[in-house]
Amino acid sequence: MPAWQEARARQIIEAHRTVDGPALVILHALQREFGFISDEAVALVADALNLTRAEVHGIVTFYHDFRREPAGRHVLKLCRAEACQALGGERLAAHGQSRLGITWGGTTADGGVTLEPVFCLGLCASGPAALIDGRPVGRLDAARLDRLLDEVSS
Amino acid sequence: MSARVYLPRDAAALAVGADDVAQALSAAAQRRGVTLEIIRTGSRGLFWLEPMLEVATSEGRVAYGPVEASDAETLLDAILAGGGPHRLRLGPTEAIPFLKRQTRLTFARCGITDPLSLHDYRAAGGYRGLDRALSLGPAAIVETVVESGLRGRGGAGFPTGIKWRTAREAVGQPKYIVCNADEGDSGTYADRMIMEGDPFCLIEGMTIAAIAIGAAKGFIYIRSEYPHAIATMEAALAIARRDGRLGTNVAGSGHAFDIEIRVGAGAYVCGEETALLDSLEGKRGMVRAKPPLPAHRGLFGRPTVVNNVLSLAAVPTILADGADAYRDLGMGRSRGTMPIQLAGNVRYGGLFETAFGVTLGGLVDDIGGGTLSGRPVRAVQVGGPLGAYFPRALFDTPFDYEAFAQRDGLIGHGGVVVFDDTVDMAYQARFAMEFCAIESCGKCTPCRIGSTRGVEVIDRIVRGEKREANLALLEDLCGTLKFGSLCALGGFTPYPVMSALRYFPEDFGARNGAVPA
Repeated sequence: MPAWQEARARQIIEAHRTVDGPALVILHALQREFGFISDEAVALVADALNLTRAEVHGIVTFYHDFRREPAGRHVLKLCRAEACQALGGERLAAHGQSRLGITWGGTTADGGVTLEPVFCLGLCASGPAALIDGRPVGRLDAARLDRLLDEVSS
Repeated sequence: MSARVYLPRDAAALAVGADDVAQALSAAAQRRGVTLEIIRTGSRGLFWLEPMLEVATSEGRVAYGPVEASDAETLLDAILAGGGPHRLRLGPTEAIPFLKRQTRLTFARCGITDPLSLHDYRAAGGYRGLDRALSLGPAAIVETVVESGLRGRGGAGFPTGIKWRTAREAVGQPKYIVCNADEGDSGTYADRMIMEGDPFCLIEGMTIAAIAIGAAKGFIYIRSEYPHAIATMEAALAIARRDGRLGTNVAGSGHAFDIEIRVGAGAYVCGEETALLDSLEGKRGMVRAKPPLPAHRGLFGRPTVVNNVLSLAAVPTILADGADAYRDLGMGRSRGTMPIQLAGNVRYGGLFETAFGVTLGGLVDDIGGGTLSGRPVRAVQVGGPLGAYFPRALFDTPFDYEAFAQRDGLIGHGGVVVFDDTVDMAYQARFAMEFCAIESCGKCTPCRIGSTRGVEVIDRIVRGEKREANLALLEDLCGTLKFGSLCALGGFTPYPVMSALRYFPEDFGARNGAVPA
């Protein structure tokens, strides 16, 4: 992810400012570019949309997707919802947490992996399921999860 | 030598290695110097067989599955033999019982055609509905949908045609068509399958809706957890625009209509239609009080129809084949077909589109084949995280909006999640409250605070602290949530909680299996 550049951020905001109801569109675009929504970004968006920083902060923190700090190099989203629970999803999550040494929302000390809960990926007949860096994986078990984590950490 | 095969690009097929299979097959064909055409389709929805490969033969398609990349060489032998023998051969696809027993109207093309080929779409009956709609005109389109008996497939079950009529008669321009593709219920994936496997069907349905109510702009609000659906829909919209199927003069009709995709940001409550509208407007996804109805004052305060993906995707077939053909299927006030999604710990998990009326037991035991683990089925959650847990004793419940409501449940978006006998129902009840606490938009106090108190009360019950008093408190709290919340999140969270308690009291440490009143 590139470091914060105000000029680039302004460009992104300007590119989307005139769509109907632009706030989420802009926040998604900023997070895609910089990896998270910084305080500087909140201030710029507020200014561009004629909102208060508190209002933009309210939007950013309402939605689970928006990060206030950078994620690790890889993001593992493990499904915690019922269909995956029915196939041992919670046990798998516990295994993943202990192997990575982090809990939900945490990032490993080396900055390698961020672990996030997700409530349903629509892979409910192929669970337990996960997204790793946006790639769907299904029929997970502890061994397969370990292999995935080995792949991304190598 | 040459051959043609079909392999899904549906996210659930990718999740179990479909891309690896495609690469391995291509490489094997290249090594042998044969031409192998691999057409990537949506999924047929037989997920225990994914990745499922189909070979075009003179007698129709022959299926193989679940295939792996390491099977490429032997599969290629079978492919080149015109659908020849292989240990993974399933026979003619259409003869697979799980498929053969379905009535596929909404999913007629899914898994069969190339999702991004307009030619395939038209050849398989696509845009017949729009042609008919254009010849009927707006008022008759609305009446056709009313007569079909189609009800909202997102879960609320409100008659789609009545919604359209209200928006059509509402004063004020512009008007909007909003497609709710925020499919957040666990156990559901039908919207995702349509968007990835037959995107033009949704575009056609939205176009018909737009002409009916006089809207020139549509939005599809897709959850961010569905990156593949977003990509396929974006590509399909671009193709439809290039072909004049969207734009200033839709299919030469003189109607202007275009669609924009908006991506959610991980909030379950945005699947509720008014929260979705706030989110589309770029705000926190807070639920609105009704009235005003969105059909009167919806997106940006304008008349708006908000329909689920499956409702809109059912419209082309209703227009093409007439209201009667659709309404003749089903039972009671639940007309037509429902794409039911079998999920969780189920042997044959997948999409089963059928007329309303099939029993829950028939779905789980017969069609679903019981559990994947092979252990006894203990509980089935129908209708997502806000749906009730049904015990075997209620397996005679027919799949029908009213029949489920009568038993304090809901069919919701058609998700059926199966659990075996290792499930801890007190844990599931606690999770329902926890989920409500995580996802509450915060507008209503019972939902925002009651859900957290609910987790605590269930913890106390399980620990055996003042059992009777806490059981009474939980029931009272559920009543407050049910009657004191604006939307279904707070209003329906009591369903999974109270059904778990009522039907599985032994998991809450109840003595003598006594059923709490």
